[in-house]
Amino acid sequence: MNTPTKTDAFVQFDRVQKSYDGETLVVKELNLSIGKGEFLTMLGPSGSGKTTCLMMLAGFETATQGDILLDGKPINAVPPHKRGIGMVFQNYALFPHMTVNENLYFPLEVRGIGKSEREGKIKRALDMVQMGAFGNRRPSQLSGGQQQRIALARALVFEPSLVLMDEPLGALDKQLREHMQFEIKHLHETLGITVVYVTHDQGEALTMSDRIAVFNDGRIQQLAAPDVLYEAPQNSFVAQFIGENNKLPGTVEDIADGRAVVRLATGEVIAATPVNVSGKGQKTLISIRPERVEYRAEMLPEGAHTVEAEVLEFIYMGDIFRTRLRVAGSDDFVIKNRNTLDQRRLKPGEKIRIGWAPQDARALDPL
Amino acid sequence: MSAEATSAKGGPASAGTPALKASLRRAERKKRRGAFLLTLPLLLFITVMFLIPLLGMFWLSVANTTMTSYMPQTVKELSTWDGKDLPPEAAYAAVASDLKVAFKNHTFGRVAKRLNEESPGAFGLINKTTFRTARLRTPPASWKDEFVKIDKTWGEKPIWTLLKRESSVITSDFYVAAIDMQYSPEGKLERVPAYARIYIPLFIRTAWMSALITFLTLLLGYPLAYWISRLPEAKANLMMIAVLLPFWTSLLVRITAWIVLLQSHGVINSILVGSGAVADTARPQLINNSLGTVIVMTQVLLPFMVLPLYSVMKSIPDSYVRAAISMGAHPWRAFWRVFAPLTASGVGAGVLLVFILSIGYYITPELVGGQNGQFISNRIAYNVQQSLNWGLAAALGTILTAVTLILFLLYGYITGNRKVSIT
Ligand SMILES: Nc1ncnc2c1ncn2[C@@H]1O[C@H](COP(=O)(O)OP(=O)(O)OP(=O)(O)O)[C@@H](O)[C@H]1O
Ligand SMILES: [Mg+2]
Repeated sequence: MNTPTKTDAFVQFDRVQKSYDGETLVVKELNLSIGKGEFLTMLGPSGSGKTTCLMMLAGFETATQGDILLDGKPINAVPPHKRGIGMVFQNYALFPHMTVNENLYFPLEVRGIGKSEREGKIKRALDMVQMGAFGNRRPSQLSGGQQQRIALARALVFEPSLVLMDEPLGALDKQLREHMQFEIKHLHETLGITVVYVTHDQGEALTMSDRIAVFNDGRIQQLAAPDVLYEAPQNSFVAQFIGENNKLPGTVEDIADGRAVVRLATGEVIAATPVNVSGKGQKTLISIRPERVEYRAEMLPEGAHTVEAEVLEFIYMGDIFRTRLRVAGSDDFVIKNRNTLDQRRLKPGEKIRIGWAPQDARALDPL
Repeated sequence: MSAEATSAKGGPASAGTPALKASLRRAERKKRRGAFLLTLPLLLFITVMFLIPLLGMFWLSVANTTMTSYMPQTVKELSTWDGKDLPPEAAYAAVASDLKVAFKNHTFGRVAKRLNEESPGAFGLINKTTFRTARLRTPPASWKDEFVKIDKTWGEKPIWTLLKRESSVITSDFYVAAIDMQYSPEGKLERVPAYARIYIPLFIRTAWMSALITFLTLLLGYPLAYWISRLPEAKANLMMIAVLLPFWTSLLVRITAWIVLLQSHGVINSILVGSGAVADTARPQLINNSLGTVIVMTQVLLPFMVLPLYSVMKSIPDSYVRAAISMGAHPWRAFWRVFAPLTASGVGAGVLLVFILSIGYYITPELVGGQNGQFISNRIAYNVQQSLNWGLAAALGTILTAVTLILFLLYGYITGNRKVSIT
């Protein structure tokens, strides 16, 4: 996915701030450009300001500072019903006193779309989510997943070019959620719409998005494609928030040509890739993904440093083995090994040496 | 636990078998018995304090035991009378004999009073006849001639029609009177003369003033409930306390406060006159008339409208209206098409609740209603306390109760269907 420049951005937040009470900023200096046809996910812990950003874009909240541009035009003064943005809510917000057909009819009716045209549009929208046979039911007669599909169809039936979704799958069970993720992604691709998606489920964000904006504390911590986000987190928060992560605190001994030497609390020295540390003597947090750790000496890459470890716990999870270790004084260092023929089951109490490629150990800010 | 119990009696019950159903019934019965015992005191209380008096009222509204108790022979004789010509001599003799006994037992007054309620003038007739027959030493040759001599009314049919009609234990007389009708001397149902019609106009007034009050509470309550329901929780609770505050103030205190405000030299009139908006001689009459009843009852009943409305509105999340707006509906349209229909059950519940309470209201119209602001309940009280016509009071009360009950069933239907509560 090519990052949109300022000029071809479809949606743009320009130094947007938001405060509800006049004291604390819920959104701080938000700059974000979303390209046409992009699937952008806002991911972050509860209270980080994701819904607030979405509501400002939809027009239900006003930005305290800054501009929001849609298709190059500022929309701060455009009332929400004139923005032409489709929305899907977490609780579906299907009108309970109307049938499915009437629900879909509503956006067409308020837009004054002719009767003959409406029928076709409704039918197409329902077929799109495979709910063609449910037009005469009331929302209360549908299951959660079916209601979600109708909500989706209703947000798409008037053919908006931008659709906002605020945790649309939050209320569904895991299996249905995964299925719907696939369907939403599919619709996004076939219709070519721009989607801004809010979730706090990182798996959902990773599988669906072109780019993910990780929110924390009213700021975007990192904005990147899923693989970049996972493999090259820019700071400790992102490293912690996305996927499982081992962290080892230490002090920078030396930095030269993209290599840092870090002394751990127990005195051992390891090599790491400096990300946001700059000088010698600085405190740092080394971040290593569990699946990138190796304990078999012959499998270690060239130039890898090894560290002493003691096995604390072995968990059999079917396709993988999850082993908890004590490393450099910390008790929650986890490694994951695939359950392959040549894999050994480590025993608690066993002493091993573990290692990793220097580029997999990222020296980040100490939080 | 119950599974163990069944397995002890030979294997667990499998699904759908009679054994499973039986053990389910057993378990359910125990639960039901517990529930019954817990509500028993209340059931007893309601039976003694509410149901029995209610049945008593209903009985009073149809009971007509005067004739059967005090004039048994007359009742018996008249039961075979076809009502075409004057009754036979035996009927006259029966009346004479009954009145003699009644004279001895001092009960003839009750007969006289009861008949007088139906036919003015009957009181004097019965008294006169009783005294005159009591004075006779020997029975006359013909009781008929003797009676006609005492009063020529006895020689005409209407008194006999009346006596026959009153012979039955169950009567519709009170209901007939309650809807401003009467029996003509010939025994035909007819409306009372226009000047004497009281109850139908009063029922109509009660209904339409209640409707007006209900409408006003809705007009004031709907925006209020909407506003409170959109407030953050803590503030909303505070506002609901403010709405409910009147509940914790004595009704009499509140009405007195209204009198202070509304009377012709009260606060409001003083302000109007003081500011020069009205001349001193043209002070509007705000109380002791129907206007006073409407103003005060609207205030008194407002919480009963706000509560169900608020309860329904609170359960409607913002996202419905937001969804409608995001689809391009103007906020007003979103409100009317999406929010308002979802509050229909609350409106129904509130309207019925306030209307039901209103048509039976007594104290407020009594204190601030003056002449033209009185309700049917005030007339019922008058019949109970002053004119002592309990039968009529009971008939009016039963009609009111029946109307209320129908409305209440409707209310139960609305609230039961749509899960509205008033808290
Ligand atoms: N209407 C409001 N009035 C005052 N404060 C609000 C309001 N809405 C949100 N906030 C505050 O703004 C902050 C951000 O809220 P927001 O709803 O945007 O979070 P979020 O990232 O969507 O969280 P979640 O994942 O829980 O939905 C929170 O601290 C919240 O308490
Ligand atoms: Mg949110």
